[in-house]
This record gives sequence, structure tokens and C-alpha cells, in this order.
Amino acid sequence: MVTIGAIIYEPGSSIRNKTGSWRVFRPILDADKCIKCENCYIFCPEGAIQEVDGKFTINYDYCKGCLICVNECPVNAITKVREGK
Amino acid sequence: MCKVKVITGTSAAAEAAKLADVDVIAAYPITPQTTCVEKLAEFVANGELDAEFIKVESEHSAMSACIGASATGARTFTATASQGLALMHEMLFIAAGMRLPIVMMNANRALSAPINIWNDQQDSISQRDTGWIQFYVEDNQETLDTILQAYRIGEHEDVLLPVMVNLDGFILTHTVEPVTIPSEENAKAFVGVYEPKHAYLDPDRPITQGCVGVPECYMETRYAVEKAMENAKKVIKEIHDEFAEKFKRSYGNGLIEEYNMENADTVIVAMGSVCGTIKEVIDRLKEKGKEVGLLRVRCYRPFPAEDIAKALKDAENIAVLDKNISLGINKGALYLDLASTVRDKKVVNYIVGLGGRDIRIEDIEKIISHVEVAKDGETAWIGLKE
Ligand code: SF4
Ligand code: SF4
Repeated sequence: MVTIGAIIYEPGSSIRNKTGSWRVFRPILDADKCIKCENCYIFCPEGAIQEVDGKFTINYDYCKGCLICVNECPVNAITKVREGK
Repeated sequence: MCKVKVITGTSAAAEAAKLADVDVIAAYPITPQTTCVEKLAEFVANGELDAEFIKVESEHSAMSACIGASATGARTFTATASQGLALMHEMLFIAAGMRLPIVMMNANRALSAPINIWNDQQDSISQRDTGWIQFYVEDNQETLDTILQAYRIGEHEDVLLPVMVNLDGFILTHTVEPVTIPSEENAKAFVGVYEPKHAYLDPDRPITQGCVGVPECYMETRYAVEKAMENAKKVIKEIHDEFAEKFKRSYGNGLIEEYNMENADTVIVAMGSVCGTIKEVIDRLKEKGKEVGLLRVRCYRPFPAEDIAKALKDAENIAVLDKNISLGINKGALYLDLASTVRDKKVVNYIVGLGGRDIRIEDIEKIISHVEVAKDGETAWIGLKE
């Protein structure tokens, strides 16, 4: 049910509404190469990169494939592949 | 106590916004609207109206500020015309989609090029699909009365849509007429206090407005606006009748107004101030024993298709006057809407008064004699120099 004016009255709707469906390229993070500089974490406009148990991981439910992280990683630990391949 | 003032259409609009006790006004001056917001700036400056007057650098910003203000739950007013309304275009959709009951006065004026500050209705007609309720008034009194009604209509919980009140540039905006101004007490009792239930700014009840609508939900939001438009037809009539009862002034049934329709085979359909001229012609013809009717479309969106079809059921020759033109099909918008409603009758389209071209008594007489011999679906440009 959409509310009048599409207003959201409860917090947490982004948990239900996944926004990663329009990705064309998928960034792949190689944890072995990662030096934990946090650049990708800072620059990701979607907040899709998280630090879990001391490792950086990408949440593909929200990653929209802009590839900013690929561009910003100083050690090329993140590479891109086409979705569906 | 009500009082009568001899004022322009823009002043009547400003008086109405004051009586509605608006909280926020955001506007940019543009001919022929300017005098409306000048008047409101004066009201705010001298303490007659307790409102925020936001000065902005363009109409796009004016509508943005109105959307922001209305989203907090404030009663909001703006006014514009022509290129200014065009500049608001993308924001108009947002106001409607977010279901914000902003009220706007638009001074109908032609669009460039060539630059033309005079009256036609192309500006607001071009915004007809934005989700705004649209009224076209006949005189200055109706301007004031309709703006008061507009707040009630827009804020009604079955509607919750922005409302545009259109008055013909210069013909009404800059012409003085006696206007009865209700007392503050009576106006306030009628308009009431806006208590927003859906859109508000309250730190104790945080909400998200203006969010993304993915393909899974966007279509439903558009459908909801369509439903609200449908609901508005009933609400407009009810509020109009309540107003008529209280203030002893009425405009047909609120959606359409019929004039001398009982025995008329020929009926003119029109919107706005030209209806005054048409009534004059009808009265003159009546004296000569000829019956012609007028169907004035007061509310253009939602389009009162059922009321129009009912009113025209006995008409034989229907002349639709359009102060706008949908280029590439050589028809006016009112004609196109009406022709899809009244399919089994002769309907002829007349393009009139573009860019302030006068519509004279003789022009109306010419239309009446032309429609009686014209073919269904014809278009004629009246007063065109070839
Ligand atoms: S591709 Fe873009 S959205 Fe996805 S993780 Fe990298 S920066 Fe974030
Ligand atoms: S930018 Fe590269 S090196 Fe830095 S944290 Fe992200 S993946 Fe690791």
C-alpha cells in the first residue's frame, strides 16, 4: 500500500526496498589485496560498503554499480565484472 | 461585516489569501501577476497578515519554497503567470504527487515567442496534466470567492491536491470591479484551520517525504492522484454550495455554469472572462427572440465530463471557444476534452483571443451564425488576419 503523497511514516523502509537491481557492473572486492585504507567506504555514495569483522565487504542489495569504489581503491583491490556473467 | 471595495483581480486574489490566513507566500513578480504579490508583501510588511513572505530568484524556486512550506503543514500561497508558470512546470508535478494543497493564482498570459504579455490561456492549459485542480474564473468577485473555496477543496482529506485559480491577464488582473469582501470572521469560519494529517514537520513524529518511487509503486501514486481528482468533483460542488449558502453568491454548480440553456439549440462552451461578453450577446439575441445558451466550464481539471454531457443533451450546435491551441492538431484543449465526452453531437472549435486579440461582440455573433451551418469537427480561427 502506497500512502497519500508516498510519504514514509516508519523508519527502516530501505531495509525492505532494495536498490541494487539496476546494476550493470558489479564491483568485486579482493580482501587479500585490501590494505584497509577505507577509501571505498568513504566514497561509496550508497553506503553499500561495510566493515564486517575487520574486512571490507560490498552489500549487493544496495550497490548500484557506479564503480566509484573501483576508481578510488589505491591498490586496485576492487575490479568490475558485467552483471549476469 | 463585509465591505465592498473597487479593486483589480490581483488585489481580489491578495485579499483572498489574506482572508485564508496563509502562513507562507513564496513568489516572483511577473506581468500581469506582479500587483498580487506586491499587495501581499504590503499586507505582511504592515502587519495585516502574519505570514512569511519568501522572496525568491525565480518561479522554479517560488514553487520549490511553496512545496517545502506546504510539506511542513503550512498553508501556502503563490501567484504567477505565463513564462513563470512554465518555469514552475517540473515542480508542479511534485506538489501534486506529494499531495500538497498549495493554492496558486495564475494570471493567464500568452507564451513566447514572440514576447507577449497579453491574455490567452495557453500557459495554464499547458500545465493541465500536472495533477493540479484548475479553475477559470469570470470576474474579480469570483477570483476572491474561488481562492477561499480552493483552500477548502485542496485541504479536503478526500482530495489533498494543489489548486490553480486562473484569471485572464489584464482583462481581470488590471481591471477594477466592485468586489464584496467578507469579514475576517466569516471568512475564517468558512476556510477553517488546516490541520495536516499526512504531511507535516514534527520532530516527535519523523517522516520521509519526497522519496524514490520505484517501478513497483510509482503507478499506484499516479492512480491515487487520478482518484483524488475524481473525488474532487463531489467536494468542489459541496464546498461551492456551502459557500453559496453562507455568502449568497454562486457559480452554477461549482463545476459548470449554465446560462440561458433551457430553450437553446445553439450552445457556446467557454472558460474565463470571455463568458461575460458571451452573456451580453445572449441577452441581446434574446431580446430579438433568438435563444442561445452558454455553458461555462468553471473547473477544467478535474474535467466535469458527466455534468457537461448532461447539460448539452438537448443542444444541436455546440461551439467550443478555446483561448489556446494544441499545435499540430489544430484544436484547442477544451474542444478535445469535450469532443471525447459528447460524441454524438455537432461540435465546432473556435480558436479565439490568442495573445490578447480582442474577442468582440461581433466575433461572438459571427461564431453563433457560423456554428449553425458548420460541419462537425471543424476548426475556425476567429479574428485571424490572413
Ligand atoms: S559500485 Fe558504487 S555503489 Fe557499488 S559499492 Fe562501489 S561505490 Fe558503492
Ligand atoms: S579502497 Fe581498496 S584498499 Fe582501501 S579499503 Fe577499499 S578495497 Fe581496501
